[in-house]
Amino acid sequence: MLKDQDRIFTNLYGMHDRTLKGAQARGHWDGTAGLIHKGRDWVIQTMKDSGLRGRGGAGFPTGLKWSFMPKESDGRPAYLVINADESEPGTCKDREIMRHDPHTLIEGALIASFAMNAHTCYIYLRGEYIREREALQAAIDEAYDAGMLGKNAAGSGWDFDVFLHHGAGAYICGEETALIESLEGKKGMPRMKPPFPAGAGLYGCPTTVNNVESIAVVPTILRRGAEWFAGFGRPNNAGTKLFAISGHVNAPCVVEEAMSISFEELIEKHCGGIRGGWDNLLAVIPGGSSVPCVRGENMRDAIMDFDYLRNDLGSGLGTAAVIVMDKNTDIIKAIWRLAKFYKHESCGQCTPCREGTGWMMRVMDRLVKGEADLEEIDMLWDVTKQVEGHTICALGDAAAWPIQGLIRNFREEIEDRIKAQKSGRMGAMAAE
Amino acid sequence: MLRRLHSEQPASFAFTADNQKWAEAQITKYPEGRQASAVIPLLWRAQEQEGWVSKPAIEHIADMLGMAYIRVLEVTSFYFMFQMQPTGSVAHVQICGTTSCMICGAEDLVAICQEKIAAKPFTLSADGKFTWEEVECLGACTNAPMAQIGKDYYEDLTAEGFTKMLDDLAAGKPVVPGPQNGRYAAEPKSGLTSLTDYDASKAQYNASVQLATDLEDGVKRIQGDEVPILTPWIGKDGIVAGRAAAEPTPKAPEAPKPAVKQAEEAKKAAAAAPVAEEQEPETLKGARDGKPDNLKLLKGVGPKLEETLNELGFFHFDQVAAWTEAEVAWVDSRLTFKGRITRDNWIEQAKQLAAGEETEFAKRAKKDDIYDE
Repeated sequence: MLKDQDRIFTNLYGMHDRTLKGAQARGHWDGTAGLIHKGRDWVIQTMKDSGLRGRGGAGFPTGLKWSFMPKESDGRPAYLVINADESEPGTCKDREIMRHDPHTLIEGALIASFAMNAHTCYIYLRGEYIREREALQAAIDEAYDAGMLGKNAAGSGWDFDVFLHHGAGAYICGEETALIESLEGKKGMPRMKPPFPAGAGLYGCPTTVNNVESIAVVPTILRRGAEWFAGFGRPNNAGTKLFAISGHVNAPCVVEEAMSISFEELIEKHCGGIRGGWDNLLAVIPGGSSVPCVRGENMRDAIMDFDYLRNDLGSGLGTAAVIVMDKNTDIIKAIWRLAKFYKHESCGQCTPCREGTGWMMRVMDRLVKGEADLEEIDMLWDVTKQVEGHTICALGDAAAWPIQGLIRNFREEIEDRIKAQKSGRMGAMAAE
Repeated sequence: MLRRLHSEQPASFAFTADNQKWAEAQITKYPEGRQASAVIPLLWRAQEQEGWVSKPAIEHIADMLGMAYIRVLEVTSFYFMFQMQPTGSVAHVQICGTTSCMICGAEDLVAICQEKIAAKPFTLSADGKFTWEEVECLGACTNAPMAQIGKDYYEDLTAEGFTKMLDDLAAGKPVVPGPQNGRYAAEPKSGLTSLTDYDASKAQYNASVQLATDLEDGVKRIQGDEVPILTPWIGKDGIVAGRAAAEPTPKAPEAPKPAVKQAEEAKKAAAAAPVAEEQEPETLKGARDGKPDNLKLLKGVGPKLEETLNELGFFHFDQVAAWTEAEVAWVDSRLTFKGRITRDNWIEQAKQLAAGEETEFAKRAKKDDIYDE
């Protein structure tokens, strides 16, 4: 188990002093100017060496992403945009950073912006997080007052502003180009790529969009060294990570743990075990709603990192939002609810997604009741395949995968329900 | 889901003085010419002030930001947090219904809303105090099931606790948001498994609940004077440091103007355009010998126009036949159909009719009695 002194988010639960002074007492904002004076290349190289992979779900190497930004300005400013539009069902980790440990994020924003030649950072927070917005803005105001932001931020010689912006309840704005559109005051509809945001993003300027957690871990990594961070987890899955465990465990929680921790250890150490014991475990969605679910019996020994979950279980780590379901759960209904979510959140730009999400939800609707034919399972599978990969952004894929996971892992359950419904009807008819 | 403007709209909208100041401060967050970025925060403040977003509010904000009305309307209808119909006078209750909450009991909370508030979402309760809806994941999944009421998250709910909470809110009693089962924030309920050092010295509430209890504005209609309006990014020298240091942001492409504005400008331009010189032709007080010609025989003149021409003082074909260009312009500007005189060639027709000849139209008109009186 990760020791407290190796945890980056030392005030995750907000029990310690949440002010700037408290953050400094816990070691944040320590020698920030010195880190910046080591230069842009050093920062990016250290981030690459640390092996940090983006914490927003896709797991793209953060240092590499930064290196795509133009080294010299061509007359346009550069922007860092922090994606705090945390809306992936199951995910509630960034919320804890922003309300309880906001200075990790603000300090990270300064260093990351410096590394990509940006003087301005916008934080795009989801609209529903109103208190979190107030808490984060208070921390930003505090940082300005103390000279950590603004002209010559933190004595580094770098002029830097952080602006807090918010959305209004659209999941799609977590997609980076939709987020940029929304930040420009438009409907959040994803853009075609290329051009990628590093070439033409916010206001047509070079932009990097990073998840809150990816940015908030930066200062600590730079202070303690790339080797320290890379020392946790298996190769290519380095570091510590916030896990958010919800559903049928005895004590759901958000907790920072080392990558590649086993599922069993994570649940037993922090969550008080599965409700009703391990034999009662039905299924787990290990990385937020967009990844396929996994059968309970395959999960106990699972290693919680990007590569194991993808290669060995056909799922994904995503945002490390673990949804646990015990045997009381109607798994078909649970996945139907996700289908409903994606139907609600499709932006309507691409036809396969706009129509497909509704179609998939309606078929799922009937599967929940068992009022369907057996062939419709394959038909549904077919539709998910036609939505997947045929849209501008990944929402179409994300809508398809949970259903594919359900059919792959729980086909018998669906068939049983259809048969029961059919035989029930036949029985009723025979009685007449 | 169909989202459109509500059928009943207020006559006008204005931010309170403090909210207006707040809104102007928000606009300074964005580079020059990019003020449209502030549209979501401004719409949100309008909703915080009024409880929902009305058509006048949309237009007001569009004018503030130099945006076309339709652009602001489409933003309003795209983002689900904007309520496009009036909400409960006390609060709009949002139950998170997505999977994590659903498997932890969100359906029970929805049932309570259906029973206590209204059978259907977005419908005012009998006393007008509440509306409710089921929303998608609110991002507090380890604290499931949960609901958002006003600004605050109410987490780790039970059916009984939630019922009592609605009763208390309706009665105006204070309700403390946050976890309702004794948890502090998102830590394991059974006790800390990490970060155990600070447990003893913690503040009374977690950051969200502390703000809620300090400000007591959870379900309040926001006036803008609750907290000071701060713009720390504007330095003492009035300069936004990061913006001054960077290269200027490229200008936004010129947005098409709102249709209303275009129409207004077209009107102004028309008014300013040089008008053809007008001259008043000779008119009569009444028909000579009390026998007016049937002007309806002119193609393009109906009973209504004939009446108008009579009022102006024209009763005979020879009068019309004698109009000069300037006189045509004078008559034209007094008719509702501009350009009709030349388009239908009244003068040529009138000359023929005055000379006692027949025109094609007049023949038909007489034959068919199209103006049968």
